[in-house]
Amino acid sequence: MALPDVRQRVGYLLLAVSVGHIILISAQVNSRSGVPVLSAVVFGAFAEVQRVTSSVVSPVRGGWTGYIGLRRVKAENDALRQQLAEAQLEIQRQRALADRGRGLEQLLELRDRLAFTTTAAEIVAASAAPDFRTLTIGKGTLQGVHTDMAVIAPSGIVGRVVAASALASKVQLLLDRNAAAGALIERSRSQGVVIGVGEQLLRLEYVSEVADVVVGDAVVTSGIDGIYPKGLTIGRVETVEKSGGAYRRITVRAAVDFSSLEDVLVVLAPGTSQDAQETPQ
Amino acid sequence: MRVAGVILATIVAVAVQTTVARFAFRGTLALDLVLVVVVYASLILGPVAGLLTGTFAGLVQDILSSGVVGIGGLSKTLIGFMVGVAGTQFIVNHTVPRFVVFFLATLAHATIFIGLYVLLGLRERAVPYGAVLAQATGNAFVGVVAFRLAERLPGTANRRGLAGGISRPKR
Repeated sequence: MALPDVRQRVGYLLLAVSVGHIILISAQVNSRSGVPVLSAVVFGAFAEVQRVTSSVVSPVRGGWTGYIGLRRVKAENDALRQQLAEAQLEIQRQRALADRGRGLEQLLELRDRLAFTTTAAEIVAASAAPDFRTLTIGKGTLQGVHTDMAVIAPSGIVGRVVAASALASKVQLLLDRNAAAGALIERSRSQGVVIGVGEQLLRLEYVSEVADVVVGDAVVTSGIDGIYPKGLTIGRVETVEKSGGAYRRITVRAAVDFSSLEDVLVVLAPGTSQDAQETPQ
Repeated sequence: MRVAGVILATIVAVAVQTTVARFAFRGTLALDLVLVVVVYASLILGPVAGLLTGTFAGLVQDILSSGVVGIGGLSKTLIGFMVGVAGTQFIVNHTVPRFVVFFLATLAHATIFIGLYVLLGLRERAVPYGAVLAQATGNAFVGVVAFRLAERLPGTANRRGLAGGISRPKR
């Protein structure tokens, strides 16, 4: 007799939790303006956990790599090989430092070239769920970063800030299914909207059937969305197909390699003078 | 104690997902460690704990993502409940059945998750079959390894009642 009671209660619990979720989802789908307070508070708190985890992971990885290297050296029992291995490790380290330096140099060059105020930020964590394409950067409201600010890299636009806590911000990548940006074909000036589909390829929509678009055309931001400044690189046209309707079916390969991003620039104030400086930290 | 353990495991899974997994898989995101925690907890603790773990973990993941808060929560709630019920009906004390449970749970989760988005008109019908299968395989592998590691901990057999040979999750 006790078993059916328990089962019944589990059923009620499942029903209550499911209904709660459905109400929660419905509320958001009906009104999607702004960031929910719950989201901002939890993100703010968890960003600190992510920062701490990130700072713990790096030494552990370094320690583990050192341990493996040491075991190999002991097994070989060869002083010369040990020196060689250390030299190789040093070369790798220097190469990594050089790569990082080159990346920062490109970022600095980009910042000098741009006509608006930016601040550089390091990527500290990736998306919490595999189905969404977001990043966490190590700068927040204390450094002047707020929601709906554009995030860019030397090769093109990365995405926009969707939530900001005091010391970290969540960036929605242009690849995310919920992301979009006003765009135009650089050569023919045909306008459209670039939409993320979750992969490296983007979709360029609302481009007229009669518009002049060919494979390889550069796609840049149009600035009409009020988030991304005009003229920043988005990518290149990969395919152009006729859809049979009023618009063409166009795919765009993003210029930014999102899997290798380490540092980005956040556009703090678009449209200001070129001499504008980064805000104090 | 179990509640604290589940909350801690979920937080660790999200933290690992967003930091270590990023380095390990170079951005391909072939794992959903939070789902692994939900399925693991459901198999060990039963359907009630499974659905509550799914609710908590899913909502945390939703809040930290850019999607609609609640869709991941609902998906993981249903998966936690279904896996918990399956754990009480079938013997899943061996590697192959556990692998199958983790694999099928990931497929079911992807179906519910993507289905809800399609139902709400927030996503196209196109399903990334390759990515889902890769994630199911990855999750199953990690889940099985997690079970094996947990069983090697001192006193695990006594705590879970494995001394008798078969474990029955609490309802």
